[in-house]
Amino acid sequence: MTPHGGDGIAIRTRGLTRRFGDRVAVDGVDLAVRSGEIFGCLGPNGSGKSTLMRMLLGLLEPSAGVATVLGCEMPRDAERLRPSVGYMTQRFSLYEDLSVEENLDFAGEIFGLSRRRRRERVEAALDGHGLGPWRRQRAAALSGGWKQRLALAAATIHEPALLVLDEPTAGVDPQSRREFWERLFGLAVAGTTVLVSTHYMDEAVRCHRLCMLREGRRAAIGTPRELAQALRGRVLDVRGVSPEAAIAALSGSALVASMTQLGDTAHVLLAPGGPGAQRAAEGLVRVLAHAGLPDASASAAEANLEDVFVALLLGESLDSCAGESA
Amino acid sequence: MRGAAQAVARSLRRVLAIARKELRQLARDRLTLAMIVGIPTLQLMLFGYAINLDVRDIPTAVLDRSRSALSRRLLGELEATQTFRIRTEVRSEVEAVRLLERSEVGAVVVIPPDLDRRIERGRGAEISLLVDASNPTTAAAALLGGEGLGHALAARFRPFAATTGSAALRPLPEGRAQLVATPDLARPDPIQIAVLPFYNPERRTPVFIVPGLVGVILTMTMMLMTALAIVRERERGTLEFLIATPVRRGELMVGKILPYLVVGHVQVALILGLGALLFDVPVHGSLLDLGAGAAAFIAGMLAMGLVISAAARTQFQAMQMAFFFFLPSMLLSGFMFPFDAMPRPAQWIGLVFPLTHFLRIARGVLLKGATLESLLGEVAAIAAFLAVALVVATLSFRKRL
Repeated sequence: MTPHGGDGIAIRTRGLTRRFGDRVAVDGVDLAVRSGEIFGCLGPNGSGKSTLMRMLLGLLEPSAGVATVLGCEMPRDAERLRPSVGYMTQRFSLYEDLSVEENLDFAGEIFGLSRRRRRERVEAALDGHGLGPWRRQRAAALSGGWKQRLALAAATIHEPALLVLDEPTAGVDPQSRREFWERLFGLAVAGTTVLVSTHYMDEAVRCHRLCMLREGRRAAIGTPRELAQALRGRVLDVRGVSPEAAIAALSGSALVASMTQLGDTAHVLLAPGGPGAQRAAEGLVRVLAHAGLPDASASAAEANLEDVFVALLLGESLDSCAGESA
Repeated sequence: MRGAAQAVARSLRRVLAIARKELRQLARDRLTLAMIVGIPTLQLMLFGYAINLDVRDIPTAVLDRSRSALSRRLLGELEATQTFRIRTEVRSEVEAVRLLERSEVGAVVVIPPDLDRRIERGRGAEISLLVDASNPTTAAAALLGGEGLGHALAARFRPFAATTGSAALRPLPEGRAQLVATPDLARPDPIQIAVLPFYNPERRTPVFIVPGLVGVILTMTMMLMTALAIVRERERGTLEFLIATPVRRGELMVGKILPYLVVGHVQVALILGLGALLFDVPVHGSLLDLGAGAAAFIAGMLAMGLVISAAARTQFQAMQMAFFFFLPSMLLSGFMFPFDAMPRPAQWIGLVFPLTHFLRIARGVLLKGATLESLLGEVAAIAAFLAVALVVATLSFRKRL
């Protein structure tokens, strides 16, 4: 529906870099986002997610590297790209002194929809996002979740081929977030490519593929399953004793990289280069017995994205493990 | 061809989208709406009533050493000029100077004891007028008043019939000056200069000030409107949405200007309406001509605001820059001080400011009944400023964060 590279790749970057003075916000990022997928950008605050997205939209000039978005060289062809892109900023960036309907109408008009098409699309957006009852309400009077709905409705009013969402669900309740993601899947099914940044693990899992950023560098890329696979044999659950006691007893053990409590179990991420899950489990049980916790048992567990995230924050590089599958 | 036409239609749609959005926001912004009406009203009152360049009723002391019927008539004539108002009589020059020093009076008239005798003998009589010249405006008016008195004497007193008054300002120490009016009987009046005040026969300040005030108020309000327009989007975060849309820089600029063109004309109507109502400011020319000139001027000021807006990062900065432009624009335009009296370099700078040209249009059309055709040069100068400002604003605004 829009000019693509023809190879099914919506976004491709090579060595994309942006410096602000001495600080390197994005550092040599290579990416390939496939058309029609929901591609997640995961990373702690300040890891360069917003800067990366702004470069892809032509809102910031890269210091080095190239980016091709829907076949447009950025930032050179930024104006040619604009009609095909919807952008939802981290901070609410619609007009608070305009009503819901006026904001949608303005978005449609500025994206060049004809009057008739605009009416259709605005009505569809009001219906589709449940904004109908609030159509005359000023945007300023909406709560966080409703503002987010309005922002998504405005960003998709012109049916863009690419939707870029910068932490769209920050500060939104779980129910709204769930509905929001259902809408994203609906858009993806209809062929829209979605690039979304988040720091919620439960949202990251929903993405078709993910890129993890750490201090501006790409730390890992792949499907959520592929990323978790990289930590196979590195995760144990300790049961049978109180998790607090187990975590206290195991802190300082060379086998352990990180621990967290999940319900009544202690979830343990093993240090890299250890003896393997089986031997490590035996080792942990011995340490716990010594500490007066003889009832403890340890067994291999599924790694989750949070483990991946923690491993990355601890400085591990998983990029080579998952590989670039695009 | 079809493609080009569609592109133009889309471009126009985006311009209108911006303009409509601005208008909606404006309609909901009570403070700005109040400013649009409030600033002109306040300024008009201020300039119309408080700031008065007419010098009348200078408090005057009299040292009448002659105390004759002639001297009383002379003083009567002096008051009839309306420049002087006799407040008190003094007995000595020392007393007179003390009053001047304490600013209790602005002028002292000294009539010599031998006034009657000198006039009877056909010799000149020296009537002294001591003036506090620390305020040049007052001094100049007193000087004129003195001359006026000379003419009045010539007209009404037979002994002065064939003579004219000569006046000289003699500097006194401590910033005062003494005006000496000497009827020169030795020289018959060789040249008669008839001064005929045109256009503002009563020479009332508001008549002169109000047309200029239209320009000054438009400069201030119009420039601020757009100076804040883009900065506000930046501060509120809406700019990031806007620059990610297909709107072009030029479209954004034109769209931001359009609604305020209407606002500007509302202000013009308001000022002229109040001016006519409160100060009897006439409209001799065509309002259509004035409207056309005002349109160019308003657009120029709005474009200047956009230049500021593209450069400023915060609303406060934008304000500061606007005033940085506003002040020289007001001072060098001829609004307060006569343009022709300014030094040449100041005039050249003054010519850059659209206000200078708009003042000529406004005064020309309103007071003299001039047509816009006769003022095309001024319109062209404003149009050139508008074009340059619009290009600079567009080029200096980047669709980047």
